[in-house]
Amino acid sequence: MRHLYVHLPFCAQRCGYCDFVTVVGRGAQHGPYVDALLHELELERELLAPQLETVFLGGGTPTFTEPRALARLLGALPDAAEVTVEANPETVTQALAALLRRFGVNRVSLGVQSFQPHLLDVLDRVAKPDTVRRAFYDLRDAGFDNISLDLIYGIPGQSPADLETDLGAAIELGPEHLSCYELEAKPGTRFSHAHGGELQRQAETMESYFELVVDRLTAAGYRWYETANFCREGDLDLRSRHNLAYWLGRDYLGLGVGAVSTVDGRRWRNTPRLAAYMEALEARSRPQREVEPLSDEVRRRERVMLGLRLDEPLVLGELAQVVDQDAMKRLAHLGLVRTDMRTLALTARGRFLGGGVTADLLV
Amino acid sequence: MTQDRIRNFSIIAHIDHGKSTLADRILELTHAVSTRDMRAQVLDTMELERERGITIKAQAVRVEWKGHQLNLIDTPGHVDFTYEVSRSLQACEGALLVVDAAQGTQAQTLANAYLAIENSLEIVPVVNKIDLPQADPDAAARELADLIGDDPGHVRRISAKTGEGVEEVLDAIVARVPPPAGDPSAPPRALIFDSSYDQYRGVVAFVRVVDGRFSTREPLRAMALGTLFEAEELGFFSPTRSESGLLEAGEVGYVITGLKDVSRLRVGDTITSERQPASEPLPGYKDVKPMVFSGLFPTDSDDYPDLRDALERLKLNDAALFYEPETSKALGFGFRCGFLGLLHMEIVRERLEREFDLDLIVTAPNVAYRVKPPNEDWVEVHSPADMPNEIEEVEEPYIKASIIVPKEYVGAVMELNNDRRGRFDHLEYLSEERVHLTYELPLAEIVLDYYDQLKSRTRGYASFDYDITGFRPGKLVRVDVLVGGEPVDALSLIVHRDSAYDRGRALVERLREEIPRQHFDVAIQAAIGARVIARETVKARRKDVLAKCYGGDITRKRKLLERQKAGKKRMKQVGMVEVPQEAFLAVLNLDGERKS
Repeated sequence: MRHLYVHLPFCAQRCGYCDFVTVVGRGAQHGPYVDALLHELELERELLAPQLETVFLGGGTPTFTEPRALARLLGALPDAAEVTVEANPETVTQALAALLRRFGVNRVSLGVQSFQPHLLDVLDRVAKPDTVRRAFYDLRDAGFDNISLDLIYGIPGQSPADLETDLGAAIELGPEHLSCYELEAKPGTRFSHAHGGELQRQAETMESYFELVVDRLTAAGYRWYETANFCREGDLDLRSRHNLAYWLGRDYLGLGVGAVSTVDGRRWRNTPRLAAYMEALEARSRPQREVEPLSDEVRRRERVMLGLRLDEPLVLGELAQVVDQDAMKRLAHLGLVRTDMRTLALTARGRFLGGGVTADLLV
Repeated sequence: MTQDRIRNFSIIAHIDHGKSTLADRILELTHAVSTRDMRAQVLDTMELERERGITIKAQAVRVEWKGHQLNLIDTPGHVDFTYEVSRSLQACEGALLVVDAAQGTQAQTLANAYLAIENSLEIVPVVNKIDLPQADPDAAARELADLIGDDPGHVRRISAKTGEGVEEVLDAIVARVPPPAGDPSAPPRALIFDSSYDQYRGVVAFVRVVDGRFSTREPLRAMALGTLFEAEELGFFSPTRSESGLLEAGEVGYVITGLKDVSRLRVGDTITSERQPASEPLPGYKDVKPMVFSGLFPTDSDDYPDLRDALERLKLNDAALFYEPETSKALGFGFRCGFLGLLHMEIVRERLEREFDLDLIVTAPNVAYRVKPPNEDWVEVHSPADMPNEIEEVEEPYIKASIIVPKEYVGAVMELNNDRRGRFDHLEYLSEERVHLTYELPLAEIVLDYYDQLKSRTRGYASFDYDITGFRPGKLVRVDVLVGGEPVDALSLIVHRDSAYDRGRALVERLREEIPRQHFDVAIQAAIGARVIARETVKARRKDVLAKCYGGDITRKRKLLERQKAGKKRMKQVGMVEVPQEAFLAVLNLDGERKS
């Protein structure tokens, strides 16, 4: 296993649209939580290869974690070729940027979401557009040459012109990498309750936003290498190596509350309850886990599902068993997939319809 | 028992006007059933019937009252079974005509009352539910007396619920209903007025002996169909089965035949003795033919053998049910089934789903058509898909509709009937408030949603009944539906030429709402022959992805995809297009749109 994910659940406040395991505030717990993470690392260390390829600190807001605790964690984690930390603009200071650099972090994923005050408000984001820019420059100044920006589109009230503005502002900063997600308003959430009507009214307009994002970013010299991810074209491969590991079906170890691991045909999720997690690890035992065995067949289906999100063709081989050959031909005829029967890839139009096309392709 | 001590009668009443309660009270008063063991409403046996408040199959119960043998013959309560009702009435000399004191006469009551009068039955008019606060017994009695040409003073006023007046009703039956007048020494003849199927004993016939006598082990013959059988067991119900070994002129009872197929012993046929045969059957036998047809397809094509077995089993008990295998390009293997009418169809469908646990797609019902292709003989067509492309002449079944409605809704009813190609026949005032209207209508115009429309336009006050009168020529065309250029046989319909355009347009609009967006534009067209009369497009989807998918999302994403896949599997493939099963029901709801 060469990929490690570490979950830091703490946030200054909870954003209405977010569905990750997060915990608001609780500064006093940051230190003990890091202790728990390190205990879990000890328990699972034998699963890890001597040399890791990637480490990814996600959240929550990892950079909201109390700096001493964060430094202690970073110092204790194994070294890797790519070490990414997720950051919220309002948490980024010159001191934090320097701390991350000092402890070997070489990639930062900045949760921008939007550059416009009225849209940031809808998302309950604290940062202002200027905060975003300042954070980006602080990271650059500290020497980060691999920065990713997260953008959200399909925000209630967002017009096509608003989206253009956001994309323009992002491109202007010149990040190495961009992740662009359509907002998912889960039915029954507070967010859906507040904005569902607006989203419904805009549904037709917003249908074109995905195309708009892809058109604008590819025109600006970004490679659409995964359904929602873009990296600057050039000599360097700037794709997220950690996330590529997921999409290529590799094993990964996840540490922390609610973290998911996939190891040797088993997937498990740690308890999402912070107290339970910490209590277990204080006693040096594994936290409660929900385990899902993955059959060969399921793994193959997942590899097709994930592999088709990428722009590089999927090598069929043993995966051909889970692909419906008739559907493949029909979809090729419709111009949605490209195949030479040995490899399979979605065409640009197929990628916009990736969910339905993949459902068609799987037997 | 000598015939002058026998009285045979039925109860004619609208659903919920208290027929079953009155029957219960009669059984109780005559000590046939003790109050304590009485299951409420003894005569309605099947669960489905109880839930729907109707009686599908007639039965007969024998009770004693003041030295007389009374046979209460139960009649089916709905329009689709008019023929069975007429046979049940033919087995009686009298009828209780029961009307709810609050609601008054309903169309169905009227139809059955006329049937009773045609059969020369002595009618004992009864107003029920006089205990209800909203009851108006005087008004109901006046209406009832007018209807049968009697004195309002002769109308019995009762409450079947409390028992008030029920003894007097029994006395009136003895006093007013004439005894049977068959010939006890003539060659035996018995009318079959109902039959059912028992899996161990075979077909059980319910009979009214008119002449002579029948005994156990006697070789018998059904005269119209020529079926030979033996009376394995004879007896009557009181209300439990009671084997008597003998049934004599005037009596009502059952014959267990051992026959394994209900279609060999039809309601209305006459049973006689093989050794001493009667020369003439009793009058009135008709071969009832299904008039309403619909395709039944299993939702999951693997269930086809189960559907076939279920239909076979239903057919054992339902001689009127007709079915033949049908193959649809869109829906796969299924059956084209024929029914007496809409209720019959509904009952069969519910029994298939409930008793046999089948998940079905039922295509829009259509009527039987008589078609003459050029230079060929007339054929009967049961499905729009079978309608020949070239037609010289075509005929469709017509009905005489009988509608009773408060006078303020007459206009609404006339408008509905005019929309449905109806021809006005007759209007009469039953009372100052209530009007009886008759119309001639093509049966095809009522098979979809006529009843719902009638109810909604009269705020539920209209009551409706109909009688099939025969076939008449019509200017009919077949409208085909093409989805993505492929004709969808299960969606074809036969309509009058003048409404083809409107119906075609309504149908494609409806389908546009039902067919989900696909990976490509889907054209939905309605066409008569090669001429497209309406077109809609389901625009292609522009995006269908879950944006985020990282380590923690994979299981959820996979499950979503599996659900999406399962949803697609439930759809039917028409060419490249995935059509949800609901779309095949779109035709059913068209008429609701017609007015808007």
